[in-house]
Amino acid sequence: MSTQKKRVPAIEGWFVADGTVALLGSQCTSCRSYFFPKESFFCRNPACQGTEFEEVPLSRRGTLWSYTNNAYPPPAPYVAPDPFVPYIVAAVELGTEKMVVLGQVVKGFEIADLRVGMEMELELDTLFEDAENEYLVWKWRPVGTRGGA
Amino acid sequence: MQKDVAILGVAMHPWGKWGRNFVEYGVHAANEALADAGLEWKDVELITGGETIRNGYPGFVSGASFAQALGWTGAPVMSSYGACASGTQAIATARAHILAGLCDVALVVGADAAPKGFFAPAGGERKDDPDWLRFRLLGATNPIYFGLYARRRMDVHGATTKDFARVKVKNSRHGLENPKARYKKAVTEEEILASPIVSDPLHLLEICATSDGGAALVLASMEYARKRTTDPVKIKAVSTVTPTYPNAVIEMPNFATDSAYAVPVPTTPFKDSIAKAAYEQAGLGPEDMSMAEVYDLSTALELDWYENIGLCKQGDAEKILNDGDTTIGGRVPVNPSGGLACFGEAIPAQAIAQVCELTWQLRGQAKGRQIENARAGITANQGLFGHGSSVIVAK
Ligand SMILES: [Zn+2]
Repeated sequence: MSTQKKRVPAIEGWFVADGTVALLGSQCTSCRSYFFPKESFFCRNPACQGTEFEEVPLSRRGTLWSYTNNAYPPPAPYVAPDPFVPYIVAAVELGTEKMVVLGQVVKGFEIADLRVGMEMELELDTLFEDAENEYLVWKWRPVGTRGGA
Repeated sequence: MQKDVAILGVAMHPWGKWGRNFVEYGVHAANEALADAGLEWKDVELITGGETIRNGYPGFVSGASFAQALGWTGAPVMSSYGACASGTQAIATARAHILAGLCDVALVVGADAAPKGFFAPAGGERKDDPDWLRFRLLGATNPIYFGLYARRRMDVHGATTKDFARVKVKNSRHGLENPKARYKKAVTEEEILASPIVSDPLHLLEICATSDGGAALVLASMEYARKRTTDPVKIKAVSTVTPTYPNAVIEMPNFATDSAYAVPVPTTPFKDSIAKAAYEQAGLGPEDMSMAEVYDLSTALELDWYENIGLCKQGDAEKILNDGDTTIGGRVPVNPSGGLACFGEAIPAQAIAQVCELTWQLRGQAKGRQIENARAGITANQGLFGHGSSVIVAK
């Protein structure tokens, strides 16, 4: 990975990364429901008329709800490296927020390394690069692991 | 039963990759359905169309496209888009008009000419469109979601890849003699498991293709039908429910589920609620069903549907599959047509095609795949973005 490239988020406002990475959700100030991606104008809880939301970082850890992989390059607008390396996508349930959030799993893990119910944590990683920038995104990693499995 | 609507005519253009315009398949099906009903196009008082999709939004207003191709008669038109549920939306619209007394005869048409390979969003930067973003940030194709559900069945219920493969083995046999099916070849467990993995644990032969096809129904009020036939097959229920907040299951094209922090998860999850609403409308239950046509976008997804439509309790789907309950000749055959496994998906036509199959079964016209003494059946599917879809058909 080139160190000269500028590291920029692949999408603005969906996560913060100051030392550790956290997804940015919103919380309704009336009923306290969480939303990711952020809700900004009307609460989706049908029993709530809330229109005010606070931006909140979501739990950085959760339990694995399920997982699968892309064995073949997904179509654009995904920017797939050439040669393509299969990668895992995980659905992780956040305990506090009681919601399931998708993310890629950092490279180096195989399907056989994972199991529903495992504890996972967020990490900042590269989604893709172009000539100037390295585009960053949140990814999941099994808690207590380093590098590949 | 005053909420019954008669099915006077059904027809399908064979599924395949024919390389023609979708209107041609729709017109073919419409004309055959009218002939099946013993009616003519000029008798139709309402045409409803399931819309086909291009460029990330409904690109053709299909109802009028079919009406124009059949020859303008001034008949009122309605067009519906609900992704995979589009056909059910078109059926629901026709049924509601008939039950409201606004018309006696309605023609329902859905047809599609499908693109190759993965469904993918259109070009351009659309950072406020979750369907664009799921591809951009995650590469979350539809098979990714199917893979998540399949893997969860394995880890939670102990399903195996062999169980999944057996769904395809069953459906491939069901469809062998269906003249409308695209794939008419019995496949073995070994062939399926030897095909490349697309999204683990799902193999290429376990994920449905996209197809060209067209299907049509002629629906009529019971009063009108009685003048022409003594024993029409009837639509007893049409369910088009949306989820109830908070929906705790991750669904296409979303990045996250609703949060159950402030409101507990409903006792009936979305996919269960689709059939539940249909059963309540029909005054029937799963035990009354002779058969079902469900959306086997993947093999594992068919097993989820067994539980969602109440054929067995959660976690028992593999058992009833392996016991032969859902095979023709068993307790409640599922996908006697061969399902998406033998058809591939022609999106706006597929939910209508499900009703065609149940109708042929109930009339005793399902040659080579007939379920004996079929009395009633249920269709189930789910359209992207939260479109529930289920129809109950009975003698
Ligand atoms: Zn609220």
